[in-house]
Amino acid sequence: MLNTIKSFNFKSWKFLLSVATVALWIYCYSANMDITNSVVASGMRFGMPLALASMVGIMCERSGVINIGIEGTMLLSGFTGFYVASYSKNIVIGLVIAILTGVLTSFVHAMMTIKWGMDQIIAGTIINILASGLTSFLYREGSTVPNTWPIFDIPVLSKIPLLGASLFSQLGPIQLFGMFLIPAIWVMMNKTRWGLRTRSVGENPGAADTAGINVIRMRMTNVMIGGAIGGLVGGFICLELVGSFSKDFTAGTGFTALALMIFGRWNPLGAFAAAILFGLAQALATQLQIFGVNNVPNQFITILPYVFTILVLAFSAGKVRPPAAAGKPYEKEQS
Amino acid sequence: MDTTLLRIENLSKTFATVKANDNISLEVNKGEVVALLGENGAGKSTLVKSVFGLVKPDSGTITIKGEVIEAGDTAAAIRHGIGMVHQHFQLVPVMSVAENIILGDEPHKGAFISYAEARESVKELSDKFGLDIDPDAIVEDLPVGLQQRVEILKALRKNVDLLILDEPTAVLTPQEIEELLQVIRNLSSQGVGIIFITHKLREVLAVADRIVVLRNGKSVGTATPKESTESSLAQLMIGREVIFRLDKKEAKPGAVVLEIDDLYVKDDRKLMSVNGLSLSLHAGEILGVAGVEGNGQRELVEALTGMRPTVKGSFSILGEVAIGKNPHAIHTMGVSHVPEDREKDGLIATLSIDENLVLNQYKNPPFAKGWIRNIAAVNSYAAKMIEKFDVRTPSGKYPINSLSGGNKQKVVIAREMSQDSKIIIASQPTRGIDIGSIEFIHNQLLASRDSGVAVLLVSAELDEILSISDRIAVMYGGKIVAILDPHDVDRTQIGRLMAGATQ
Ligand SMILES: Nc1ncnc2c1ncn2[C@@H]1O[C@H](COP(=O)(O)OP(=O)(O)OP(=O)(O)O)[C@@H](O)[C@H]1O
Ligand SMILES: [Mg+2]
Repeated sequence: MLNTIKSFNFKSWKFLLSVATVALWIYCYSANMDITNSVVASGMRFGMPLALASMVGIMCERSGVINIGIEGTMLLSGFTGFYVASYSKNIVIGLVIAILTGVLTSFVHAMMTIKWGMDQIIAGTIINILASGLTSFLYREGSTVPNTWPIFDIPVLSKIPLLGASLFSQLGPIQLFGMFLIPAIWVMMNKTRWGLRTRSVGENPGAADTAGINVIRMRMTNVMIGGAIGGLVGGFICLELVGSFSKDFTAGTGFTALALMIFGRWNPLGAFAAAILFGLAQALATQLQIFGVNNVPNQFITILPYVFTILVLAFSAGKVRPPAAAGKPYEKEQS
Repeated sequence: MDTTLLRIENLSKTFATVKANDNISLEVNKGEVVALLGENGAGKSTLVKSVFGLVKPDSGTITIKGEVIEAGDTAAAIRHGIGMVHQHFQLVPVMSVAENIILGDEPHKGAFISYAEARESVKELSDKFGLDIDPDAIVEDLPVGLQQRVEILKALRKNVDLLILDEPTAVLTPQEIEELLQVIRNLSSQGVGIIFITHKLREVLAVADRIVVLRNGKSVGTATPKESTESSLAQLMIGREVIFRLDKKEAKPGAVVLEIDDLYVKDDRKLMSVNGLSLSLHAGEILGVAGVEGNGQRELVEALTGMRPTVKGSFSILGEVAIGKNPHAIHTMGVSHVPEDREKDGLIATLSIDENLVLNQYKNPPFAKGWIRNIAAVNSYAAKMIEKFDVRTPSGKYPINSLSGGNKQKVVIAREMSQDSKIIIASQPTRGIDIGSIEFIHNQLLASRDSGVAVLLVSAELDEILSISDRIAVMYGGKIVAILDPHDVDRTQIGRLMAGATQ
C-alpha cells in the first residue's frame, strides 16, 4: 500500500484528472444537490451495461480471441430473455435464458475461431449480422415485461454522504451484481491460477502449451464465460434498465465497450472507470437537453459523450499494448 | 534392473514434403547424457518435440520408464517427468520471471496463486543450481542470456527424470556455458537422463556419454566422445570431410567508413550502457568486438542501426553524420544489419521465405517496377539465395516459420550479405548455425571484406572473433578498453580484459 502511494506520480494526468473530477462534483453538489445526484445516478445506470459489455471483450482478448460479436450476443440474449420472460411471466427465467443464449452464441464464435481457426473479425461480423437479422425478423410488437425487479439500497454504503445517495441507492439486482462482478474479474485475472493461465494463453500460447496448459480449452472456456456476461448484459438492458425489447436496441454498445476496454488497457477496473466516465458524459448530455439548450442543435449534444471519449482517449493513449496473441489462432505444430 | 529411461521406436514425421524424421529409434538410459548432433534442418528439434508432445509424429512409439506416452500431449509428457528447454524461448515476455517459472504448476492457496511461495521456490531453485536470477524482473527486460536461464530453471523446477536441452548454449557466454555443463553433470549423476542438442562439438566432447548423429531426418550413426574427434563428428554429420580452413588473405584496410565519437546510449532500464565509446571502422577490414554479454554491445549495435536513440556523442557513416536517423535511412546509407535476435528483429514470421529474403529491397528494381511488385523476379532471386546459402526447404513459398532455427538464421544472413552495402554490422551472425555453414558464412564475410566492405562483428564466440577479425576491440562497461591484433594475443589476455582488468 505504502509502495503504491510512494510510486504514485502526483503530477500525472490521471491524478490531476481525478482531483478535477472530485472538485467538479463537490462544486455541482453544493450548487444543486438533487440534479447532481440524479446525473451521477443515471451516469452509473448508463455506464454499467457498457462496463459489463467491455468485460466480455476483456475475457476474450486476454485469452487471445478478438470478439467483435459482443453486439450480436447482447442482441440475441436480450431478445430471447425478453420474450421468454414475457411468455412465462417470469423475469428470472428470462434472465437465465438470456445468459444461456449468450453462452450458446459465444460457443458458436469459439468453435469458428478457436477450433477451426477462422478469421476472428469475420466470425464476429457473422454473429452481429445474424443477430440483427434474426431478431428484427422475429420481433413482434406488444409484449411487455411481466413484473419488475426489487430495488435495493446497499446497507452501509448508501449512507455515505455525497456518494451514497447517487452511487449505492436504488439499485436493481443486476446492476448490484455488476458492481460485484467487475472487481471479481480483476481479482481472477491478476491473482488466481486461472488468470495467470488465461493471460499466458493470450500473450504466448506456445509458452502455455509447453507448460502443459491446454490452450484450446482455456480459450474456449474464457470466451464462453464472456458470452455468459454478454447474455447478462442483454438481459440487463431489456429486463431491468429499459424494460422492453426494441429492434437493434444495442445501437453500438458492443463496439463502444470495445473502445472502453482499450481505453482501460484491458484491465477490468480501468474499463469500468472508462465506462462510468462515458456514462456520466451521457447523463450530462441528457441533462443539457432537459435544460433545453435551444440554440445548439440536438445532434451536437448527443455526440458529446463520444467526442469527450475520443478526446480523453487521444490524450491518454500513451503506450497501449494489447495481448500479444489476440486475434491469432493457435495451431500446435506451427509454433 | 532395467536402466532404460526413454525408448523411441521407429519414429517418423513428415511436414508437407519434408521428411523431418525418418524411422528414428533412440534410447536414453538413466543418468546418461546423449548428445544429438546434426546439420541445420536434420530433424533434431522435431525429434525432441515429438518426445515432449509438441509435435505429433506420424508413426512410431515413445516409451518412458516402460510406459507408452500418448502422442502429441504435452501435459502427459510433463506428467511422465519430461522437461524441455526450447530452442526458441517459450516465455511470456510481459510476465515476471517467477510467473514464467511457475506457469502450469503454480503454488497456490485455493484458487489464488501464492506469490510468496513462488518467489521462494525460484530463489531455492537458483541457489540449488547456482543460476542466479531476480524473480521479480520482467522477462522482456532481460538480456537473452538471462532469458535462457529462466528457460532452464523452468525445466528444472519439475524434478524431471528426462531433461531435453535444445541448443541451450547458443545464447550463453563461455562462463555461463561452463556453469550449465556443470548442472548437466550434476543432474546425470543423480540419475536424470539428458538429451543435449548443440552445434558446438567442444561441448559435446565435454559432457556426452554417447553421441547420436542425424542427417536428413535419419539416424546415421552413434559414437562415444572417447573415440571421436571434432573432424570425425563433422564428417558423420555432413557426410563429407570438413576442412576447418578459412580463405583469409591479408587485409587491405582503406578509409574510415564508420566513425563513432564519444557515444552514450541507454538500455531498456534507462541505465547508461554505452559510456562514451569511440571507435573507427575502416573499409576492407573485419573489426571484431569481444566482450561479455551485457557490456553495451547490444545497445551499441542498436544505436548504430538507428533502432535506439542515443543520449550524447555522435557517429558518422561515410563521413555523413548519422545520429538520430531511423533504421531505414541508415540502411539507405549503405549499412546492412544482422540482428542478434532473428525472431524479433530479423524476420517477419507471417511472411514466406521468399519475401523475407527481399525485405530490404522489395521496392527496388527488379523486384518492383514503380508501384507494381514483380513476384517472379522475387521468386527466382530467392531461389538463387536458397541455393547459395544452403537453406534447407523444399520451396521458398513456405512460411519462414517452417524452417529450422539455423535455416532461419541463414535467411537473415543471405538477405543482409547480398546487397551492395558499405558496412555490415553483424551481431552473433552464426548463432545456432551448424559447423559446415559457419565455415561458409565466415568465408562470405571474408570475401565481402576483400571487396572493400567494412565489417563490424559482434560475437560472444571468442573463437569466431579470433579466427576472422583483422582487429579486435574489447568492450567492457560500455567502452572500448583495448584494441588488439589477433596475431599476437592469447585467449587469457582477452579474457582478462573482458572481465575488466586494465592492460
Ligand atoms: N512446422 C513445420 N512445417 C514445415 N516444415 C517443418 C516444420 N518444422 C520443421 N520443419 C522442417 O523439418 C526439418 C527439420 O527441422 P528441425 O527443426 O527438426 O531441424 P533441426 O535439426 O532442429 O535444425 P536446427 O539445427 O537448425 O535447429 C526442416 O527441414 C524444417 O524445414
Ligand atoms: Mg532445432
